Amino acid sequence: MDAERITEKLNILADAAKYDVSCASSGSKRKNENKGLGNTSNGICHSYTEDGRCVSLLKILLTNHCIFDCAYCVSRKNNDIKRAAFTVQEVVDLTINFYRRNYIEGLFLSSGIFKDADYTMERLVKIAKKLRTEHNFNGYIHLKSIPGASDELMREAGLYADRLSVNLEMPTEAGLKLLAPDKNRQDMISPMSFLKKEIIQRTEEKKLFKNAPMFAPAGQSTQVIIGATPESDQQVLQSANYFYKNFNLKRVYYSGYVPVLIDKRLPALNTAVPMVRENRLYQADWLMRFYGFHVNEIVNQQQPLLDLDIDPKLGWAIRNMQVFPIDVNKADLQLILRVPGIGLLSAQKIISARKFAQLSWEQLKKIGVAINRARYFIICKSNEFERRDLTGNNIKQFILAESKSKYIKNTQTQLNLF
Amino acid sequence: MYTLVYDGTFEGLLTAVFEIYERKLFHVKLIKGEWRASALFEEVLQIITDENRANRVLRGLRKRLSAACVQRLYIAQMAEMENEENAIVGFIRYAFDADRNIEEDYGNKYVMRISEIIKMVRREKHRMEAFVRFQKLKDETFYAAIEPDFNVLPLLIRHFKDRYADQKWIIYDIKRGYGLYYNLHDTQYISLDFSEVNNPANTITVFSDDESIYQHLWKNYFASVNIISRKNTRLHLRHVPRRYWKHLTEKI
Repeated sequence: MDAERITEKLNILADAAKYDVSCASSGSKRKNENKGLGNTSNGICHSYTEDGRCVSLLKILLTNHCIFDCAYCVSRKNNDIKRAAFTVQEVVDLTINFYRRNYIEGLFLSSGIFKDADYTMERLVKIAKKLRTEHNFNGYIHLKSIPGASDELMREAGLYADRLSVNLEMPTEAGLKLLAPDKNRQDMISPMSFLKKEIIQRTEEKKLFKNAPMFAPAGQSTQVIIGATPESDQQVLQSANYFYKNFNLKRVYYSGYVPVLIDKRLPALNTAVPMVRENRLYQADWLMRFYGFHVNEIVNQQQPLLDLDIDPKLGWAIRNMQVFPIDVNKADLQLILRVPGIGLLSAQKIISARKFAQLSWEQLKKIGVAINRARYFIICKSNEFERRDLTGNNIKQFILAESKSKYIKNTQTQLNLF
Repeated sequence: MYTLVYDGTFEGLLTAVFEIYERKLFHVKLIKGEWRASALFEEVLQIITDENRANRVLRGLRKRLSAACVQRLYIAQMAEMENEENAIVGFIRYAFDADRNIEEDYGNKYVMRISEIIKMVRREKHRMEAFVRFQKLKDETFYAAIEPDFNVLPLLIRHFKDRYADQKWIIYDIKRGYGLYYNLHDTQYISLDFSEVNNPANTITVFSDDESIYQHLWKNYFASVNIISRKNTRLHLRHVPRRYWKHLTEKI
């Protein structure tokens, strides 16, 4: 092995892949039943980058050569950068050796497009196939489907990969037209709907025949770039909702645009990465998937943007004060889940614990409820709660003032160090 | 107030519970360690671990709690958290004294405390599953050193055995001076003599030829995936506390 050359390639091709945000390595149930290497269960983050993102998979491009010229992408044809390409064997060796040392859960393989979609997709599939069949590898494999690849290759990919994804890139078709004139939405949607049909069909088969092969057991996901084009949060979340509903997606990832290129269609190079907005979108996404919120309750015509100061659940609550206060000792789980400061686990614990005794503030605090937010919206077994006539706006100010004072305290202890 | 001194095993703890009920003790405190006649104003009792007594308590617990809950108590004890045996004993006494299954009564302080302890132990176990870094030795065995806060090595057996079925491996807890060895068939507990390994002349020769290459590649990869414009040290440290760094290839 030419260590120097591989190092250089890895640096180039990991660097180019780092803007892909998907990092999940869970949701599959590939077991090591063949005395082989690896298993895939709950997903483990093996490390964290200095920017705080998780490192779970060896996330690389097969190549950063690309025939496309998408404005937001560092690998775009007209960008003057070093190019490299891995061989099939090199990717296999890296994956196996990193996995054996417990650095990673598996492989996330994407690619620039060399020649055409099928030519590129075929190589991605070859790598997955080699790992599974020659190396008995049961770790996680996420392949990025190349838009426009043939159904036949997509089908083969599904047999070896745990998850497949097609990047939508921009939340709307207009945004895509603007920044990626070579790509079209239909090329992204048709593999998605092919995969959806195939996954459903294979799951049915699996119910009938235990030996039927697994097909993309961790499902499909996609990613959209936020902040490169002027879409509102309403447009972003509506689009995510549409894909969850119509294509059975497991996840939609939101990637705050990192300005890396000079292009008059794009935000300037010194524009900050919209990290808070990205975080709020993920919170909103969770509300849709796990907390029973309808997308229109979070964003709508009157409220097209998420509040950056406060999380979207609190935002919803202060717009809907008529729902509160909720009695945590009586209310349904669905309603308790709507209280700011109460998460999934706390809500379930409340339901379990209240069978034994009525809960008071002290107990709610121990259970893990964020009292500083929740206290404006609930009543429990206590005389302390006195419902003052606060408006949603008052509550927002109180909560913000409190979290700000926490912030000030922090900086003070910092200063004392010097 | 009685102080019960037990040997630090789960059986010892269950035996202590037996004695509490047999002697009808009310205020008790459990401590781990050697019996010594001290504490002027306290009664000190030495608990002699007794398998029969422990089993009777265990059977009683199984009648009152789910199997998963009994397992949680076992894990909480085994993790050897300082002074937490009293929460476990408190939980067990509450389970025996109540007229129904109390394991989800999170309003109770013992039930809540056990749930917190389990959360901490599970997090440590999960972190070890993530942060173990194997180094390949000349004889193809993969070696890793760990120093977890709690004694979680026994909880890791299943995970690593399932995962690395086709390679020999050792995970060694330096802090507690014992390790696990998987020999392609089953795992056993071992203790190692490091006096030879720590000799600098030997350290280089024990690793396989490609070990340094892959370590180097991994470090490079780790540096390449970082996005400088998103740097967030506080978040980074929350996920990877500094005390784990010395065993993480990418942080050395």
